[in-house]
Amino acid sequence: MKHGENMAGALGAQDSPLDLDDLGEELFEEVPRGDSGEADRIVRPCLTYWQDAWLRLRKNKIAMIGLGLLAFYIIMSLVGPLMVSYDFRAIDEAQMDSGPGPLHWFGTDTLGRDMWARVWVGARVSLSIGFLAASLNALIGVCVGGVSGYFGGRLDMAIMRLIDVLSGIPSLIVAILVMVVMGAGIAPLVIAMIIVGWVGSARLVRGQMLQLKNQEYVLAARKLGASDARIIFRHLIPNTIGLILTNVTMAVPYAIFNEAFLSFIGLGVQPPAASWGLLARYGAQSFRVAPWQLFIPAFFISTTMLSLYLLGDGLRDALDPKLRS
Amino acid sequence: MFRYIVRRLVISIVTLLVLVTAVFFLVRAMPGDPFLSEKLRPEIRENMRAYWGFDRPLYEQYFRYLGKLLKGDLGTSMHYNSIPVTKLIADSFPYSADLGLRALLMAFVVGTGLGIVSALNRGKWLDYACIIVAILGVSLPDFVSGYLLQFVFGLKLKVLPIALWRGFKYTILPTVALSFYTTALLTRIMRASMLEVVGQDYIKVARAKGLSPVRIVARHQVRNAILPVVTVLGPITAAILTGTFVIESIYAIPGMGKFYVVGIQNLDYSQILGLTVFYGAFLIAANFLVDILYGLIDPRIRIYRRDDRQA
Repeated sequence: MKHGENMAGALGAQDSPLDLDDLGEELFEEVPRGDSGEADRIVRPCLTYWQDAWLRLRKNKIAMIGLGLLAFYIIMSLVGPLMVSYDFRAIDEAQMDSGPGPLHWFGTDTLGRDMWARVWVGARVSLSIGFLAASLNALIGVCVGGVSGYFGGRLDMAIMRLIDVLSGIPSLIVAILVMVVMGAGIAPLVIAMIIVGWVGSARLVRGQMLQLKNQEYVLAARKLGASDARIIFRHLIPNTIGLILTNVTMAVPYAIFNEAFLSFIGLGVQPPAASWGLLARYGAQSFRVAPWQLFIPAFFISTTMLSLYLLGDGLRDALDPKLRS
Repeated sequence: MFRYIVRRLVISIVTLLVLVTAVFFLVRAMPGDPFLSEKLRPEIRENMRAYWGFDRPLYEQYFRYLGKLLKGDLGTSMHYNSIPVTKLIADSFPYSADLGLRALLMAFVVGTGLGIVSALNRGKWLDYACIIVAILGVSLPDFVSGYLLQFVFGLKLKVLPIALWRGFKYTILPTVALSFYTTALLTRIMRASMLEVVGQDYIKVARAKGLSPVRIVARHQVRNAILPVVTVLGPITAAILTGTFVIESIYAIPGMGKFYVVGIQNLDYSQILGLTVFYGAFLIAANFLVDILYGLIDPRIRIYRRDDRQA
């Protein structure tokens, strides 16, 4: 509280800055009586937190570029494979490892399969797993971490030790057991990632809660009678939204590559299905003969990260109360 | 403080026991067993199962394992011709820890540095340059970045050795490859956290007092913004020091990363459990240290006072 005390001292040293007696009559203007209805009328429509945030976000051009690119990738993942006459599974022995050109826009892979079709089919898997796992992880993590850090004490101790246990279990064992129960597929993959994944954001949010919960605005809110839930979710979480959003955007590539690893060892989507992470993984193997097989999926992964980053940065500006002007 | 540390040590041991118990039963729930190889004749398989005590009830095996664990015995590996698991770890951990410490140090210095620079230059080209580095760091998974570094600097430019672990020159590529993701993560987290801090009133006061910009950044901003970095460093330290499968196998480093994957592939129960105990102890200790550091970095945080009152 060192810096805060300095500030309080600086303000307290001055005497009352405004002496009403010193102000001249000419500074005041009489308000016509009976007209208060007109003066009090709220001209602008009431906006909720989220409506307000959306208005701010829409004005942020860079963030809208990010949002636009993400929307474009999602649409292309649906219509992209239909734009070429090749099936993403069709093997063509005559066209193995052929580079990008008019016939195959993104070239072909080692089995002669059309990369354009595979990239957009793969986008479905990667984007849905990435967004789903990252956002659910953050949602659970924010709730658990927020409660743990805010209340502290024994509850915090119990939750944090549970998190220690969960993050100590090898994630591969969790993935295998979820697959044993549910079978391979996208839903079990996401569930396996959530079981081990939410702990990271929970620890991050909990640390922030510990730091923020003694701030003056929390004390003020409590004195005004705000409930614990309101303080956590309306006061503390918005004040750490920048970090939460950063964590979500970092969790997306992690989920994409985790899927690639699990699929690679046979626990995720099965061949001939594709995903960006898997394409990059196979592309790395044939990198010296056919570099585009690595660079094309890597390009889409990085530009997705870039758009997520731009969108996340804009969202933070829109949502963080401290950065509002 | 002292009471908190003692209490926390006791709780840590309990946590580790819970972790071992969970993993013991989860591993046994996995399909198959360590002796499913088709090369084994059925009677040999029966003998081996009896030798390892698999014919006993599960709870008996569990208590026998716990008993050995309390004496510091992690059992012997079923896959590596009965080498004690403690020896497997003792032989490979120094390499993993050496590589891990280098990567961690590099990620911390570069990551927080880039994060500070980009937050202070928000919206300018320097900010975007730092961010592009961070985005490339997470866009290329370790099996790609490790391989590309090896290809470019080892095979094409021939300036650095492509593999093995025999001196400083050999450490550069694996260190850089291993630190990529953490550097990017720390850059992003430090930047986000710094941006929360730069607009605070105490920064305005510090500026109004006429403090030098360096002092404001170092004493007021970084100290208030570093907390989330410390939070994520806890588990990352434990994970990186205890070995990474991909980087160690690309650069042929005899670390312990491979044992996690090989152990699970072979369902080598004692190896999986031994590694879990080792990694779990690291993890619990790292998170313990993080909680202590919280109070040292930010004296407003007192996690132990409330605990002691209730105790």
